[in-house]
Amino acid sequence: MSTTTTTAAEAELAVQARQAVARSEGYWAGVWKRLRRDPLTIACAAILLLMLLAIVFAPLLAPHDPYQGSMIRRLKAIGTPNYPLGTDELGRDILTRLLYGGRLSWFIGILPVVFAFAIGSTLGILAGFMGGRVNMAIMRTTDIFYAFPSVLLAVAISGALGAGIFNAILALTLVFIPQIIRVAESVTQGVRSLDFVDAARASGASGFTIVRVHVLGNVLGPIFVYATSLISVCMILASGLSFLGLGTKPPEPEWGLMLNTLRTAIYVQPWVAVLPGVCIFVTSICFNLLADGLRQAMDVKG
Amino acid sequence: MLLYLLRRVVYAVPIALAVGFVCFMLVQIAPGDPINAIVPPDAPADVVAQVRKDYGLDKPLPVQFGLWISKVAVGDLGRSLATGRPVWSDLRSAIGNTLTLAFAASAIGFTLGCVLGGLAGTFRGSAIDRGAVGLAVAGVSVPHYWLGMVLVVVFSVQLNWLPAMGAGPGGSSDWGWDWEHVKHLVLPAVTLSVIPMGIVTRTVRGIVAEIMNQEFVTALRGKGLTRWGVFRHVVKNAAPNALAVMGLQLGYLMGGSILVETVFSWPGTGLLLNSAIFQRDLPVLQGTILVLAMFFVALNLCVDLVQTSLDPRIKRA
Repeated sequence: MSTTTTTAAEAELAVQARQAVARSEGYWAGVWKRLRRDPLTIACAAILLLMLLAIVFAPLLAPHDPYQGSMIRRLKAIGTPNYPLGTDELGRDILTRLLYGGRLSWFIGILPVVFAFAIGSTLGILAGFMGGRVNMAIMRTTDIFYAFPSVLLAVAISGALGAGIFNAILALTLVFIPQIIRVAESVTQGVRSLDFVDAARASGASGFTIVRVHVLGNVLGPIFVYATSLISVCMILASGLSFLGLGTKPPEPEWGLMLNTLRTAIYVQPWVAVLPGVCIFVTSICFNLLADGLRQAMDVKG
Repeated sequence: MLLYLLRRVVYAVPIALAVGFVCFMLVQIAPGDPINAIVPPDAPADVVAQVRKDYGLDKPLPVQFGLWISKVAVGDLGRSLATGRPVWSDLRSAIGNTLTLAFAASAIGFTLGCVLGGLAGTFRGSAIDRGAVGLAVAGVSVPHYWLGMVLVVVFSVQLNWLPAMGAGPGGSSDWGWDWEHVKHLVLPAVTLSVIPMGIVTRTVRGIVAEIMNQEFVTALRGKGLTRWGVFRHVVKNAAPNALAVMGLQLGYLMGGSILVETVFSWPGTGLLLNSAIFQRDLPVLQGTILVLAMFFVALNLCVDLVQTSLDPRIKRA
């Protein structure tokens, strides 16, 4: 009698579970559904996509040569025929240089976060999952880097190494690794204590398998969202390093460096001089809002 | 509690040593022989050899670190390559100016952040909330060195109300709180204040909103407490966390003012760093970074201690 009631109850539960699975369209479909209802995030993604297309196809879109200047058309105002956004202190077309400059600015604004994401999440997951001495060693080392304000650390490393794109990327990667490690470690620790990890361990799965099958899928999302929000910071810092003369070197077009060289022109063509900063601002705020939107759509806390 | 405080203080010692080690390594990772950080590149070979011996640069790295840190501990940061003066003498007045700028910027940023964040947290979903959140996002996403340029264009170039650069009469060492000096402080301080404004607004909004949702606030209202009375309770609950965030922000401002100081030629540590980078003046670079980082370590410690002693809910063993 009692066995039949349990099996009946179990059968009922199984039916309910199957219905629940049929009703939900899966995690990513839900994320996409929530994103579609968020016009601000969609708008930011659209602006970023347009900017990406513009800088990828810069050679087709740019009306002039980014390096070719002329002394007779220096510092023209916005709206000059043939030079819609004016010219810089060496007579080069601003629109052209903004299009080409975006390539480097995006490159050094995103690449350090990508590297830091790869290295930082590996170390963070390792620290969070292994615990004990491994955790101690990794987390105490990040504490040291946390003792420097991030701008100062970036300036210190690239200042010591000297100017150059490679050094700037290296410095920024080192700045972001500890920040990603901290997030990765804390989410991994949260997942590690959940029941399904214990169940996997009890059924004899190795540590590597548990991480690959059960942990990665649950922690990469939150780390990814955090990394997206770092792109905004990295854009500002990377262009800031170039602004200080530490990133790209002239005559290479890059937004931060353009802002620096145009600084002397603010008494002649003030509104031309601030244009590269508008590009940095728009990119940075769009990445910031995109990260916020993703965080809400993916239901990541914090 | 006392044990926790003591442990926290003791833990700051290895951190400070490690920070010193990172600063020491800065000169090691710099391209070229570290000897170039002490003697000019055109020095004769026998002088170079003598200096190498005097400075212990022929000894193994750990020994060199020991020698360096024992000098730093008594305040000897070496000499500037560019000026030949002790690093500390230039650094002292620069730190004062950076502190002035950082305090002014935090006064503006924290006040705005607390007011905006408090209002946004109290009236969630309202127009005030959306405006505050928008300002906060703009504040953390704006390249502040660019904002500085825009402010110069508007208030110095177009309107001619405020000076665009420098720290007023007397140059770097003669600061006073009269209008002749303060008018030089306005633009850099406002520029630097947007980041803490954004972050403090976000944080305070989150904290206040969380507290307002708790049952004790409803209970306080229910027992007939005035708005002002409820407000006092909310502030008391929000204060420890909000103060911790603000303390760290002050540290970030000290370290992060390099870009703003460059825009406004503000004679602080940032401008010093900037010229050190351009002249490859490694002792000045190293000394400035070390002092700023140590300041940040000390500030971190203070924030932690204050937060622990302010918040009776934190009972760490």
